[in-house]
Amino acid sequence: MNALAALGEALVLIGTFFYFLSTLGLIRMPDVYNRMQTSTKSATLGSLGVIIGVGVWAVGNGLSWAWLVKATVIAVFLLLTNPISAHALIRAAYMSGIPLWHGSVVDKYREHLEAKEKAETDAPLEGGEE
Amino acid sequence: MIGVGIYLALIAIATLLSMYRFMVGPTTPDRLVAVDIMTTITTGLMVLFALYYKRIIFLDVALVYAMLAFGGVIAFARYMEGGL
Repeated sequence: MNALAALGEALVLIGTFFYFLSTLGLIRMPDVYNRMQTSTKSATLGSLGVIIGVGVWAVGNGLSWAWLVKATVIAVFLLLTNPISAHALIRAAYMSGIPLWHGSVVDKYREHLEAKEKAETDAPLEGGEE
Repeated sequence: MIGVGIYLALIAIATLLSMYRFMVGPTTPDRLVAVDIMTTITTGLMVLFALYYKRIIFLDVALVYAMLAFGGVIAFARYMEGGL
């Protein structure tokens, strides 16, 4: 049982370290797109480490198995919803006209929008599927 | 509970750094990304406190907090996009 507690404690330590790294990226990166890119992923990984680590640690300390089940439910919920909220945020930032950093060279979303607009203006009379 | 001070110190430093970005962020999406990270970190902190006080009911509090934070961030994103 003590090995389980040690494993859980190591997972919690890794998770909190990833929390620290994610907010360090929030400070260091130049514009909002890079900040979201570097902070949301590692914050999600840190949450997985902390929450599942707490579940394993509680089981190792002699508490019931319901701790691990509930912690897994919270971790899966965060894993599903964190990318959705980050995507919505950064799409709203792009739509509200925040410019990219001058060192960024690839803008796939603008290429996609321009290609769609060009396809609509070039051949509107063709009709039907291509 | 040997190293619980280390975890709390790392979480405190992370919260202070994201609070700095929240205060000086040049644009509104910067502040919203900082708030998103802060809610994620607060969920982990609630789970740690649940183990520290050995009360399993705090895990339910953390789950409800994560749900409400997700809804709030989605609502703010829709508002910034102009759809709300």
